[in-house]
Amino acid sequence: MGHSTIVTPTPQGGFQTHTVAHHFKTAEQEFQSAKLAFWLFLATEVMLFGGLFAAYIYFHDVYPETFQKGGALLDWKLGALNTGLLLTSSWTMAMGVRASQLSQRKPLVWWLVLTVICAAGFMVVKYIEYSTKYHHGIFAFTGLFSPDDHYAPDLMGLAYPQLYFNLYFTMTGIHGLHVLIGMIAIAWLIWRGAQGRFHSGWYTPVELVGLYWHVVDLIWIFLFPLLYLVP
Amino acid sequence: MTTHVPAAETAPETGSRKEPSYLDVTKGFWSWAGTLDHKRIGLMYLIGVTAAFLCGGILALLIRLHLWTPTGAIFESNAVYNQVFTLHGVFMVFIFIIPAIPASIANFVLPLMLGAPDVALPRLNLASFYLWLTGTIMAIYSIMSGAVDTGWTFYTPYSLQTQQAVVSMGLAIFTLGFSSIFTGLNFIVTIHKMRARGQTWFKLPLFCWAIYATSVLQVLATPVLGITVLLLAFEHLYHIGIFDPAHGGDPVLFQHFFWFYSHPAVYIMILPAMGVISEVVTVHSRKPLFGYKLLAFSSISIAVISFLVWGHHMFTSGESEFVMLAFSFLTMLVAIPTAIKEFSWVATIWGGSVALTAPMLYAIAFLIIFAIGGLTGVFLGTLSVDIHLHDTYFVVAHFHAVMMGSTALAFFAGVHHWWPKMFGRMYNETLAKISAVLILVGFNVTFLPQFAMGSQGMPRRYATYIPEWQIYHQWSTVGAVILGIGFALMLGYLIHSLFAGRKAAANEWGGVTLDWESPTPPNLYNFDDEPVVTGELYDYGQGAKH
Repeated sequence: MGHSTIVTPTPQGGFQTHTVAHHFKTAEQEFQSAKLAFWLFLATEVMLFGGLFAAYIYFHDVYPETFQKGGALLDWKLGALNTGLLLTSSWTMAMGVRASQLSQRKPLVWWLVLTVICAAGFMVVKYIEYSTKYHHGIFAFTGLFSPDDHYAPDLMGLAYPQLYFNLYFTMTGIHGLHVLIGMIAIAWLIWRGAQGRFHSGWYTPVELVGLYWHVVDLIWIFLFPLLYLVP
Repeated sequence: MTTHVPAAETAPETGSRKEPSYLDVTKGFWSWAGTLDHKRIGLMYLIGVTAAFLCGGILALLIRLHLWTPTGAIFESNAVYNQVFTLHGVFMVFIFIIPAIPASIANFVLPLMLGAPDVALPRLNLASFYLWLTGTIMAIYSIMSGAVDTGWTFYTPYSLQTQQAVVSMGLAIFTLGFSSIFTGLNFIVTIHKMRARGQTWFKLPLFCWAIYATSVLQVLATPVLGITVLLLAFEHLYHIGIFDPAHGGDPVLFQHFFWFYSHPAVYIMILPAMGVISEVVTVHSRKPLFGYKLLAFSSISIAVISFLVWGHHMFTSGESEFVMLAFSFLTMLVAIPTAIKEFSWVATIWGGSVALTAPMLYAIAFLIIFAIGGLTGVFLGTLSVDIHLHDTYFVVAHFHAVMMGSTALAFFAGVHHWWPKMFGRMYNETLAKISAVLILVGFNVTFLPQFAMGSQGMPRRYATYIPEWQIYHQWSTVGAVILGIGFALMLGYLIHSLFAGRKAAANEWGGVTLDWESPTPPNLYNFDDEPVVTGELYDYGQGAKH
């Protein structure tokens, strides 16, 4: 059952052609399959973080005071700055997807570059937050946990302050890893986009990375109030 | 009841085919190791999971032989016994039974049933196989580097105090989980996007419905296991404190997380088995399935309910009475769609032109044992009874009836049913029937005594026991040996058939779903011409007989 090779329509101006994989009947079928698969993958991401959120909510209930005092040590202004950075990057990403749909090669590259810059800004702020905690004796994942008395005067008197910070580091750490992976994916899009790989006839990877990026943003939208504001 | 004769008019000589079969189209190691063909990936999985079943089975035999005497006959220390049953559990659950039917049989059969040239995402399919292989190698490494003795459930806090190998075993299961997610995700997309022209949802063979329900569970439940074993590894390495009471954590939270996956996982095992049985029962009874829509929707409702029953594993771990009542009620609810299935299969066979072929014998063995497994599940879902039976051999016998006696038997029913389609060769049917009977008898001799001693209080996972139970244990061991002989015989005639089996007819059993319309064995892209679905599903014609 071999059918003829399908090539998607490619606009003029140095764009590269895309050949539809052998087992699809149309380019539309290929695109819709990739998109459905990616939505399902995003569902697994939500379930994975769902486990972490469940653990957080449970322990917040068990040790409310620890979570209150621990959360007070997080800088909500830096958290808000990061929220702003990610929301902006979601907008620039959406603009990038639109540029790829309209076969605008240069705008696509620039919107994606702006997205990576915002993401890098997010990681820098995270680094500042992590290193501040480190300098004040709040270590992730070690037996060493000795917060400075002037930085966190009443922390050690509470039940299991380490648990709060380990949850904080685990949740934001796994989220940060997702941001890093997203940055690598977007960098790849920039490289291939500059070569004219994505255009109105075929922009599947831009669309999928866009979806991924919005979910990474969305997870932060839940992490920020839970960790920085609720306590 | 008539003897089975392959329908002659649908049996052109395999030599007269238009294109070479997928087995002949390319040769050599890399044509398999790098293949994107769903059929070859399915066969690689088939070989892999069968090897895992063999390893897990040998371990099971060792366990049974050890329990021949009250003080233990084989292993010098109880610690070794703990490691052996953990290994048996991990191999059978994560490496054999979860991928068994979806990744091997469904990988091969599902695109054929949909009239598609391949699954929607062939590269992801191959990636899934290599993740499975990696996870398996990591699991074996964990065993070599210092065996894990926690049981396959890894309950904290014990799993945090025992050897470091828990970490690599956890990561192995994380990897195997990804493999399972990729398979499920792929099949959902395939069923949505790759159906033949004219194949509406209610013209899907029931195997597809079952695989669809399974895949939803794989995609939504497995990530929770992923984060659980990841946190367990962190806990072991860095004492982050989520599951460790010494650091403020809660071991019962671990149990909630673990069973949030592992209970749906039970249905990841049994739902595809139910799908296989539906196909085998209709084809070998020459009758459309009784209650097609009920069977389809019961698969979906089992999948939905399965997310809401995990708490029944923790009736004795400390749950509030209200929560226990709710979980008990929801557990009973599973019995309804399950019973619908059992009755529909029996009603399908009733009045049909039944051929007692090897696949049909395995299916009938499934129906018998699944009834036992399903009904004893209701015992365990009952709160007062469960307090008595919790952690006894009754539980062991119950879940072996469902996993081994039902899923593994359905897997072998499927292997026998689609074997001629896969390889274009037939096995020795007499030997196949003998092994089916041996396995049915062996299973019941093994596990009925376990129900009995479990109800008397014999606890599970003990390396030694009081002499009163010796007679039960010895019967159980005899049964295990019968099972072992049955499986060894099966392995023998199946391998023999690959080299010396008679050529299979194009449509060996006279099936009417699309999988039987492809050449035998199928072409590289499955069909000579693109199939179109026009008629009714499971239409064997008026008064169809074998």
